[in-house]
Amino acid sequence: MDYCPHTQEDSEQMQAVIGVKSIDELFDDIPQKYRIKNIPGVPPPLSEHETMELLKSIAARNSMPSMTLTGAGAYAHFIPSVVGHITGRAEFYTAYTPYQAEISQGILQATYEYQTMIAHLTGTEVANASMYDGASAMAEAAILAAKISGRSRILVARSVHPQYRQVLSTYLWANGFTLSEIPYTAQGRIDETELEKALDDSVAAVILQSPNFFGCIEDIRPTALAAHDRGAMLIAGFGDATSMGILEPAGACGADFVVGEGQSFGNPLYYGGPYLGIFAAREKYLRRIPGRIVGATVDKNGKRGFVLTLQTREQHIRREKATSNICSNEALCALAACVYLTALGKNLRELAKLNIYKTQYLKSRLLELPGWNRVFSAPVYNEFALAYPDAKAANARLEEAGMIGAYDLGRDYPELENTLLFCATELISKQDMDRAVEALR
Amino acid sequence: MKLIFEKSRPGRRAADLPASDVPPVDLNDAIGEKYLRGDLEMPEVAEIDLVRHFTNLSRRNFGVDLGFYPLGSCTMKYNPKVNEDAAALPGFAGLHPAASESFAQGNLELMFSMQRLLSHIFGMAEFTLQPAAGAHGELTGVMMIKKYFESRGEKRGIILIPDTAHGTNPASGALCGFETVTLRSNAEGGVDLEHLESLMSANVAALMLTNPNTLGLFERGIEKVAALVHGKGGLLYGDGANANAFLGKVRPGDLGFDIIQLNLHKTFSTPHGGGGPGSGPVGVCAKLADYLPVPRIAKKGEVYSWSDNYPQSIGRVRSFYGNFAVVVKAYAYIRSLGAEGLRRATEMAVLNANYIKEKLKPHFDLPYDRVCMHECVFSGSRQAAQNGVHTTDIAKRLIDFGFHPPTVYFPLIVEQAMMIEPTETESKETLDAFCDAMIAIALEASQNPQLVKDAPFSTPVARLDEVLAARRPDVTWKKQ
Repeated sequence: MDYCPHTQEDSEQMQAVIGVKSIDELFDDIPQKYRIKNIPGVPPPLSEHETMELLKSIAARNSMPSMTLTGAGAYAHFIPSVVGHITGRAEFYTAYTPYQAEISQGILQATYEYQTMIAHLTGTEVANASMYDGASAMAEAAILAAKISGRSRILVARSVHPQYRQVLSTYLWANGFTLSEIPYTAQGRIDETELEKALDDSVAAVILQSPNFFGCIEDIRPTALAAHDRGAMLIAGFGDATSMGILEPAGACGADFVVGEGQSFGNPLYYGGPYLGIFAAREKYLRRIPGRIVGATVDKNGKRGFVLTLQTREQHIRREKATSNICSNEALCALAACVYLTALGKNLRELAKLNIYKTQYLKSRLLELPGWNRVFSAPVYNEFALAYPDAKAANARLEEAGMIGAYDLGRDYPELENTLLFCATELISKQDMDRAVEALR
Repeated sequence: MKLIFEKSRPGRRAADLPASDVPPVDLNDAIGEKYLRGDLEMPEVAEIDLVRHFTNLSRRNFGVDLGFYPLGSCTMKYNPKVNEDAAALPGFAGLHPAASESFAQGNLELMFSMQRLLSHIFGMAEFTLQPAAGAHGELTGVMMIKKYFESRGEKRGIILIPDTAHGTNPASGALCGFETVTLRSNAEGGVDLEHLESLMSANVAALMLTNPNTLGLFERGIEKVAALVHGKGGLLYGDGANANAFLGKVRPGDLGFDIIQLNLHKTFSTPHGGGGPGSGPVGVCAKLADYLPVPRIAKKGEVYSWSDNYPQSIGRVRSFYGNFAVVVKAYAYIRSLGAEGLRRATEMAVLNANYIKEKLKPHFDLPYDRVCMHECVFSGSRQAAQNGVHTTDIAKRLIDFGFHPPTVYFPLIVEQAMMIEPTETESKETLDAFCDAMIAIALEASQNPQLVKDAPFSTPVARLDEVLAARRPDVTWKKQ
């Protein structure tokens, strides 16, 4: 394929205007000895048809499961058709960041609507236009808490997503801050006693997640109180974002920042991305939070309009003194979330209920089988952990039956060997679950 | 236009849900009353309301598919449709990232091949695809610099950054605890080599260099620059934001760059979606490969798998493996263009930029008058001094002519800067029409400056009050 429209004649006329005899002359600033004539290792061009056939053949080397019983930070939900049709509007998807507000009111207003929905869902006052993903949103919140408080230690519950803890560890190391883990109890929740012991005046923030990585719903209020008592902030993550349709939001329980993965809101699994990081905060931190923020204002004729605002926080103005280095975010994914949430409306609560019903059904069916046992006692949203003497064999049986089985918690928690984390969303029918149970019988 | 909340009517719904095929449970038993939320204030609209609302919003947005978008440094080239279709294939779109590798051999093969292709194109030993955007790639790169010196037991606290650099460079350096020191440009817009020599010491970890720089100029002294940095044991970091200027012409690895971050949404044509997603792969030379983020893809025979077993790694910078769907689109782009197509794209991008530069030269100040690469930087100083018409006014007036304005007021070393990047996918007619509009605006500026200062006239809102927005922030809608 060649997407350059110039004919030979165009090119020659343009060279004449510039005053060069060949296009090569335009590259004279590159030292001759480093110039290359071709790119070894890059194959010759393909036609559009050949390109599509090639990509189809690669995609076909994946094997597609008949059902996915894993969540663990990415969730398979039904996506209404309107979402793809709206995000597929080229006016949205072929635009850059809305630097020129007059011709970007579409994405700016949609982002303002997104921020409004996210602030409400998380129980906070403000939200930004999105971060890269849930993990980087959490890491940025931790760094911000350390910078605001002038303290250097972050405490994270071990029940927070393992990959998020890894990203936290990387970011905090780079910034010169330290990270310690707080264990979980037999309930599958943060250990309040251990937290109390670890809390001192060097702690900038406590991080927990609810629903946490085990699917368990944390009791956020006491943790928030404990953190605040010692002058630390509470950063609350969440598992599946659809849980916000039914669970008391972390912001209402005292969290200073609510951060996490927004993929569940209308974005396909895409083997891990693009997703969107949700970042919401108390109003008092508005001038400190990272990322782009859209604000309402008026134009010269007094008409309401929207702009990127509080840009003095950002790298293109503040450079090395910026809150963060983030520039691109996940605007189109946030637009998908906005359309998805608009489509669902108050049905988001019904959707969350459906997830709970399915999960309770699958859990009760599995517990009927010999050898399967409960691990944690706290209530769960749409994921739950079960112990089984040979977890690998169980997953292999599901895989043989064409399913992606449960997430093996032993991968990240040596103490949870032979423990599987199941997820059941509204996409999984009773028949599917019965089939999975039969495969494990 | 009304907000979606202002169109809400109690009881309306768009998406419906299936009836439950399993028995309901009592939520107070299953979850506990104290964990359940009370109010849920979401918009309530019918599907047609939703579709009209967002379709009308889209009509208030400008994308590459609507017209010329010469936003300097953002490489707003055409986004081929076949790439969108490829990424949407069910095999790519539907697979869970925690699926075992046996399900994901196609995805792993694609990512592995992409890393190899990028290594060939840029002359680097290894690539990671994990960073989600260019700035994220920069951060990853600077983390590797930090780790590299840490593991060698060297304490180096400074990163040098030219005065032409993007703001993300100093911000990335600062986020990793480095002091960033500004390196001056010389009279021809390149690195001031004497200044570099005076700044280089055993305390300098790296120089972050954008080449060609944000003036659109190739660094003529690049060999000397690399020698000076390496001579003191420092690393040369390349910001690949401007990589569209040299595909198939020169490889950064050959020039001595140790690390380079790319922006797939610029150079490799993936749509930017109104601000993201992007994708920011990072390439490194062999001695830095051990520090790349994990997990990395391993290939044994014809089987691919994920591996965390790199003890020197900086760790993870993102969950899962990065913006995979963006990588699929860029892979399709590279394969469809092939080596010669990439080279031709660069040649045409550079031809287009030089053509605009020549045509506009008589009408606007050109602070660095030499052959440019993929973009050219003009100054609106003449119009500002003579007519009181500023670059902002010129940008707003361009909107009335149907064009997206160039990047303005950047780079910072050019007063009233206008950074124009046409890209290779624009025809001569489009470039001529754009130049005609710029020339017409220059004429308007001298004959009727108020007209330019009052622009735009063709948009639903004009000249929004940014000061008010920042002074009294209103970032969420509140019910009256």
